[in-house]
Amino acid sequence: MSILSAVRRDSRRETTIPAPAAGKGTRKRWGADAVGILLAVVVAFPLFWMVLSALKPKTALDAGDSLPFTLQPSFDSFVRVLAVNGFARYFMNSVVVALAVVLVSTLLAFLASVALTRYRFKMRTTLLVTVLVAQMVPVEALTIPLFFLMRQAGQSIPLVGLNQLGSLVVVHVGFAIPFAVWMLRGFVAAVPVEIEEAARLDGASSFRFVRSVLFPLVAPGVVACSVFSFISTWNDFLFAKTFIISAQENQTLPLAILTFFKPDENDWGAIMAGSVIMTIPVLVFFIAVQRKLVSGLAGAVKG
Amino acid sequence: MSSSTVSLRQGAPRPAGRRGPRFGAFEPWFYLAPAFIVLIGLLGYPIFQLVNISLYDYRQAQVSGAAPLEFTGLGNYQQLLSDPQFWAVLGNTVLFAGFCVVITILVGGWLAVLATRLRPWVRTLLFVVSMGAWATPAVTGSAVWLFLFDPTLGLVNKTLVALGLHAFDGYSWTYDKWSAFGLVASEVVWCSFPFVMVTVYAGIQAIPTEVIEAARLDGASMGQIARTIMLPMLRPIMMIVIIQSIIWDFKIFSQIYIMTSGGGVAGQNLVINVYSYQQAFAASLYGLGSALGVIMTVILMAVTLVYLRLIKKDGEAL
Repeated sequence: MSILSAVRRDSRRETTIPAPAAGKGTRKRWGADAVGILLAVVVAFPLFWMVLSALKPKTALDAGDSLPFTLQPSFDSFVRVLAVNGFARYFMNSVVVALAVVLVSTLLAFLASVALTRYRFKMRTTLLVTVLVAQMVPVEALTIPLFFLMRQAGQSIPLVGLNQLGSLVVVHVGFAIPFAVWMLRGFVAAVPVEIEEAARLDGASSFRFVRSVLFPLVAPGVVACSVFSFISTWNDFLFAKTFIISAQENQTLPLAILTFFKPDENDWGAIMAGSVIMTIPVLVFFIAVQRKLVSGLAGAVKG
Repeated sequence: MSSSTVSLRQGAPRPAGRRGPRFGAFEPWFYLAPAFIVLIGLLGYPIFQLVNISLYDYRQAQVSGAAPLEFTGLGNYQQLLSDPQFWAVLGNTVLFAGFCVVITILVGGWLAVLATRLRPWVRTLLFVVSMGAWATPAVTGSAVWLFLFDPTLGLVNKTLVALGLHAFDGYSWTYDKWSAFGLVASEVVWCSFPFVMVTVYAGIQAIPTEVIEAARLDGASMGQIARTIMLPMLRPIMMIVIIQSIIWDFKIFSQIYIMTSGGGVAGQNLVINVYSYQQAFAASLYGLGSALGVIMTVILMAVTLVYLRLIKKDGEAL
């Protein structure tokens, strides 16, 4: 049940919080609707302003144009950030890191969730609680030890050292796994035992069953969980700032946007264009998995 | 017939204690190992190291090996507890997070109630734009709010001046401590109320209409129904939403760092996470920064314990 379809379905089954005069006369109802529309406009306004400002010509922005529309929409700001500031490179860095994290963390989490749901063994419950607790660890507090860990690791494996995209991939794989295990667990457990029995009777090995039967069956869960890992990695600012110290070519989007901030001479057109470029992928993915957000109460998507 | 069919007839939820042909009892461990090796390496070991570093006098000289590493025990913690700035930062964090949580819950809860009374298309509109706010990354959300409140070019100041409030001509929202916190809090509430709204709305929808109908037939007033039936039924979901918000808002980093340029004028807007970062990576006091990280983890883990107990009460089986 998605948020939106839930919203639509409710029109048939109105559970209304009783208001003093709810349902009496249409005038009151229009009052609530008017408030609802007004609030929707207020909530949407910052995003609207972001897109609008990205499309305004630089001259208008610098002159302090505060009109809620523009008669000369231009892609100058986008061209500027992409061509002059090398934003395409930072965009690709963000994509590479996020995709690598999604692939590795989802695969590992899927395998672990298979073990934790389809087998019974002594430490199962202990491990599940461990995963739950791990999900609650404030990873922001681990910046300092992880900084030194990556620094040390980089001396033997340069690819995951500081200033390398690999270091971001490694730490985010660690952060993404607990939530992914917790989420995939439900999907894997929902596959009936009968299917497993049938596969076994047909002579499939355990690994064959997991690979060719279970994995396709839980694919929707895998997609949802991938999107969560993608968003949290994509949005990360703290670790990108801490690990990528001097290698400007390895920066990711959040840091690239930050470099546009200059005291008293902010290039707002560039900042807004960069923000639009960074926000759109998240927005698309977010809408794709919105139905999982209601049930996944523990989903810590925002950083 | 194999033994598995027997267990199936008995209605066993899953094959109990089954053994694979090749890996035997180690089979689940074969699947578990990769994930848990990563977790031990990237969460377990760093937590141990965090505590470890916090017990040392660990600065740039020690990192580069120019000075010997000195075990100081709880020295870093003593230094923090006797430092007025630490208490100021902790106070800021609690006040700021508390304010954000209260406003987020009030706005989200109110909008959830309002949503039940809206026409379907208005409700869909409200939910769609709220999800836009929810999805916006902290960095870009901070950027656009900062732009809206820019002293000279920002829409807010321009509008206020146009309304005749000339005191806002070039007024800097980030210069004063509390207006800076207010600005950051606005952005935080803007991107976190949708979670509360959507969750509480789902909670309201889960209340059976029969219960309310029955109360109405028994002559309960609308106010009585809201107070004595709906609020108690929403309590568990409210608690989860509140605690989740506390966890998020207590460890805020990006918004404060970006909107107040790293902690505000003379560090007036520092919260614990930003303070820890600044101590470690700006002042190279890694030991002290780690001690702050430990304190933050302990506080949040205490909140999390409450959260876990609530989830357990909800009756989810492991």
